[in-house]
Amino acid sequence: MKLTKQDFPIFAHHPDLVYLDSAATSLKPASVIAKNVEYYEQYSANIARGLYSLSEQATTEYEKTREMTAELINAKPEEIIFTRGTTESINLLSYSLESRLKEGDEILVTIAEHHSNFLPWQALALRTKATLKILELDADGQVNFEDIKRLITPRTKIFALTFVSNVLGTIHPVKDIISTAKAINPEILTIIDAAQAIAHLPIDVQNLNCDFLAFSSHKMFGPTGVGVLYGKLTLLEAMTPFQYGGEMVLEAKRKNSVFKNSPHKFEAGTPDIAGVIAFQEAIKYLQTLGYGTIRTHELDILNYASDKLQEAFGDAITLFGTKDISKRSGVIAFSLAGIHPHDIAQMLGEQNICIRAGQHCTTPLHDTLGLPATARLSVSMYTDRKDIAKFIEELKKIQGLFEK
Amino acid sequence: MSIYQEQILDHFHNPRHYGILDHPTHQSDTKNISCGDALHMDIIVKDGIIRDIGFYGNGCAISQASASLLAEYICHKPVAEAKALKKGDVEKLIGIDLSPNRLKCAILSLETLHKALNNIL
Repeated sequence: MKLTKQDFPIFAHHPDLVYLDSAATSLKPASVIAKNVEYYEQYSANIARGLYSLSEQATTEYEKTREMTAELINAKPEEIIFTRGTTESINLLSYSLESRLKEGDEILVTIAEHHSNFLPWQALALRTKATLKILELDADGQVNFEDIKRLITPRTKIFALTFVSNVLGTIHPVKDIISTAKAINPEILTIIDAAQAIAHLPIDVQNLNCDFLAFSSHKMFGPTGVGVLYGKLTLLEAMTPFQYGGEMVLEAKRKNSVFKNSPHKFEAGTPDIAGVIAFQEAIKYLQTLGYGTIRTHELDILNYASDKLQEAFGDAITLFGTKDISKRSGVIAFSLAGIHPHDIAQMLGEQNICIRAGQHCTTPLHDTLGLPATARLSVSMYTDRKDIAKFIEELKKIQGLFEK
Repeated sequence: MSIYQEQILDHFHNPRHYGILDHPTHQSDTKNISCGDALHMDIIVKDGIIRDIGFYGNGCAISQASASLLAEYICHKPVAEAKALKKGDVEKLIGIDLSPNRLKCAILSLETLHKALNNIL
């Protein structure tokens, strides 16, 4: 396996860095950083409005990213909307779909949703007097299809679920879930939060047959401040804008206005041009590595970490989510008896080992599991077995200190 | 292990003033939502002096040790002095530098104390 650490300049600045928090944000390869600088140094003009060559170049590069994004997930460029991130993508939907809901309608989410795919729907339900229904997961963190069949009714207008849980690591069988949901209610709109999936698993929106899908650039080696919302074109065309302002309108009149088509009607104002342009390089980087290679590497690291943690800590450690690593991606959340996750993360941090501790923006899930917090390690292509070994060695020392 | 000095681990493992009090005059409960730390505090005040103080809770070592350190420090002192305590005083008691995120854990005890002193049973 070719190691990719040398592609990431942060390791030159912190040679002993053990970065196990890629689920929060991935590190950035040199090519992404260089592309960002290229825009600012060579053609940092605004897009879609300048009639001079610098602006045209910026516009061309910006739209090239849209085409590459579309190709990555097998969509059309007009179906790709750039946002600030997954959170904004989902909030956009929660506002632009509001007119489709009325009192007594239902919105279905799972208990394991990240707050960004939970709170917008809760707020929408409160605004429209719709009912927010919650799909529980089984002890293994999996969706029970019988529950889906029981919960979805002709009044269920929206079903929002994550592709990969950011805590349990569960890869949900999204394609089967969508077809099950649509078999019961063909009108249901399915919204997939792919934030934790996009850097790990190939996504084909046509094959999934999802209506909407959201993800963030920064979790897939790209810049922060850039997100993607995919939507089926017919749906996007029927939707109202989310924000109003520059470059989203065709005719702005005194009393009313006519808006552009998708995607431009959803991209009011000057976007993160540099970020979107640099995102190209992240897509290229991902494609050059290949999802197959990424998955093979990830499974090796997750299996290694899971085995070694259990070997080192035995009954003192609890690993959350399914034991079947082949059904998991990206993260391992755990707790160690007698030590608060925040203490673990802090003490590891002093050794330059970065993990996440807390509720990972999934308070409803943590409440359901009866856990105040968990610790979480997450992996990427630059994570190697040595990182995991060092992490476990330090964790062992921490356990020793607390046992004194 | 700079940050987790002996003192913090000692107070975490052997908290002083741990437990509930009979007939407290003041009481409070607080939570640190971001990490799920929780504290309950009972206080007995007589003639403007904190005569006794008891707490229990769960959470990280910083939050629990700081409650123990604070309880030990403030017991038998005037209520006015307790009310005048600032974040910086708790940091001094703990004796280590904390990041802004961890400072929240440390000052949960102070919040609990102040809330209790304003909550006469």
